[in-house]
Amino acid sequence: MALAAQTASKPMDIAAMAGRPGLDLDGVGNTLRPGETPKMTSRNVNVFYGQKQALFNVDLDVPSRQVTALIGPSGCGKSTYLRCLNRMNDVIDSCRVTGDIKLDGENIYDPKLDVVMLRARIGMVFQKPNPFPKSIYDNIAYGPRIHGMGAGKDELDEIVQTSLERAGLWNEVKDRLAQPGTGLSGGQQQRLCIARAIAVSPEVILMDEPCSALDPIATARIEELIDELRENYTIIIVTHSMQQAARVSQKTAFFHLGVLVEWGDTEQIFTAPRDERTQGYITGRFG
Amino acid sequence: MTDAALVAPVGKLRRPDLSEARIRRRYAAERRFRLYGMLAIGFAVFMLGFLAVTVVLQGYSAFWQTRIALDVTIDPSEVDPQNTRLPESLAQGNYQAVVRESLRGLFPEITSRADRKALNDFLSNAAGDDVRRMVLENPALVGQTVHVEVLASDDVDMLAKGRIDRTVAEADRPIKDQQVGWFDKLDQDGHIASSFNVNFFATGDSREPEQAGVGGALMGSLLTILTAIILSLPISVAAAIYLEEFAPKNRITDIIEININNLAAVPSIVFGLLGLAVLLGFFGLPRGAPLVGGMVLSLMTLPTIIIATRAALKAVPPSIREAAYGVGASKQQVVMHHVLPLAMPGVMTGAIIGTARAMGESAAVLMIGMVAFIVDIPKGITDPATVLPVQIFLWADAPERAFVERTSAGIMVMLAFLVLMNAAAVVIRRRFERRW
Repeated sequence: MALAAQTASKPMDIAAMAGRPGLDLDGVGNTLRPGETPKMTSRNVNVFYGQKQALFNVDLDVPSRQVTALIGPSGCGKSTYLRCLNRMNDVIDSCRVTGDIKLDGENIYDPKLDVVMLRARIGMVFQKPNPFPKSIYDNIAYGPRIHGMGAGKDELDEIVQTSLERAGLWNEVKDRLAQPGTGLSGGQQQRLCIARAIAVSPEVILMDEPCSALDPIATARIEELIDELRENYTIIIVTHSMQQAARVSQKTAFFHLGVLVEWGDTEQIFTAPRDERTQGYITGRFG
Repeated sequence: MTDAALVAPVGKLRRPDLSEARIRRRYAAERRFRLYGMLAIGFAVFMLGFLAVTVVLQGYSAFWQTRIALDVTIDPSEVDPQNTRLPESLAQGNYQAVVRESLRGLFPEITSRADRKALNDFLSNAAGDDVRRMVLENPALVGQTVHVEVLASDDVDMLAKGRIDRTVAEADRPIKDQQVGWFDKLDQDGHIASSFNVNFFATGDSREPEQAGVGGALMGSLLTILTAIILSLPISVAAAIYLEEFAPKNRITDIIEININNLAAVPSIVFGLLGLAVLLGFFGLPRGAPLVGGMVLSLMTLPTIIIATRAALKAVPPSIREAAYGVGASKQQVVMHHVLPLAMPGVMTGAIIGTARAMGESAAVLMIGMVAFIVDIPKGITDPATVLPVQIFLWADAPERAFVERTSAGIMVMLAFLVLMNAAAVVIRRRFERRW
């Protein structure tokens, strides 16, 4: 009885704290290690959907060529934050973003910046595999085509092949490139989407729960792939699975009720969280 | 706080009622519900079938035309009095007289002026045209005797088709007892023939039922509809795309949206009045032309296509848009490369519905003068023309018995035209259809 009362009181405290956005909730250790270069930096990021505030003063540095996992209970704002990073929230009319988000020191919300070019530099993979209702080849070639990459058919063929190879899909689909991408299995479709994102040579790849619609085997393949891609790309992944975050990421950030509670090395977050809420979440007491 | 407070107060435990009577009632209710549905469909099918059968039974005979087979001696003094054998001169000849002479030859007993006139009434006043055509093709026929099946008058046509009741009192019949006798004699001697009514599809309207055809109205409808589609499809698709994808959501776009929805409910005669006042009155466009009809009908189909297109654009899954944005497509690229192609089946459905509505429209085109009696088949969109529904209306209004079957036949032609057009649109839609 006593234990139940204690856990029950916990979320209330958090709600009370989150209700005061001005409060500095960051722990002191939320910085990169020496030697790690930040690829994307966020300072004081607030996001509003109409009157409702979804994110409160998020400060986060994403290191180059590492995997950063964003974890937290549903509705905590991790996907919202991810979508700020390639300005996908621009598509939603009621959404308003304040604060600074920089890619290699360049403010991505600068009105002079071309959103289309930004999205070519920051690729995205979505929760549900969403290949275009076109052939496998055209799915990959679409991005390079609209960005004027690959002058002729040969160059385009090469881009398609290397992208599929990097996504580990080439051997499975090389004989049926003309068939529709929607005819592949769920896991293959998701790898096709990753290949599509890679095809435009982005610097950062955002992944929004890329494995939530997949079976464990397909999930394992994607996780393997993420680990390989880390060599060339900076990856930010939203996940509901703490095991997945622990397996694939080097950095982990924990969001709760729109607040970035703490972030740091994955190992540290999972073994020695500084904040009680982080501890509560990773040990499964709430969320 | 004790544990006891958390447990619901112990009282009568409520269980679902599993009694057989209750289950029987539920089954009965479901059967009843299904029966209502079947009754409704049955009623609709019955009414539709009744309509179709009535129209076909009344109208099928219009596709056959009664002709009188005669051996016509082409008298040079009637057809070529100057004896030149030149086409201009031959075209002027009195072929009707030649045909009459030949018919009279079959009834040597008829001598009185009144009786001869009654016999002449057997022939359509276009009966000579068939002979004229033959002679113009081959001038050597002049002076010879040729076997021709000439057009019978509408009364003879009706009598031959059994549409005139012989038991009715003579005074109430358009064809008299004496004429019935002549007809029976002609029939016995094998002079009454029947052939497929090519004229019905090839000619325009006429005061004489046996010469009237839907050709003019069909062409008028085709030109009008084409004009309407060419004008309304690009405009409405562009408007829908802008409103759905690009326009900011504010008070002005709300007002525009409400007005487009209202426009879809405006009675068509109002569009006709608009066409009359603006297109004819102000811009001075030709009266009764398919161009003006098409413009008025395009105004009518605009809201239908806009609404359907917007619904189709809305129905494209957001995941496809996100995917395209994700690889760095611009808004215009997202719409043109992904959203619009996926919405195309919906757009086509809207276009089909809109066009079908325009096709059957009569009130709007009446106002801009497409109701005039037009014999010629329109050759372009500025020629005066009429459209199928108006033609049907005009025939339904005509007093002659023979126009009744033509009215029904016109309805059949219009329905066939509609089915054909819709089938074509469905084929086009299938081509665009893709799954996601």
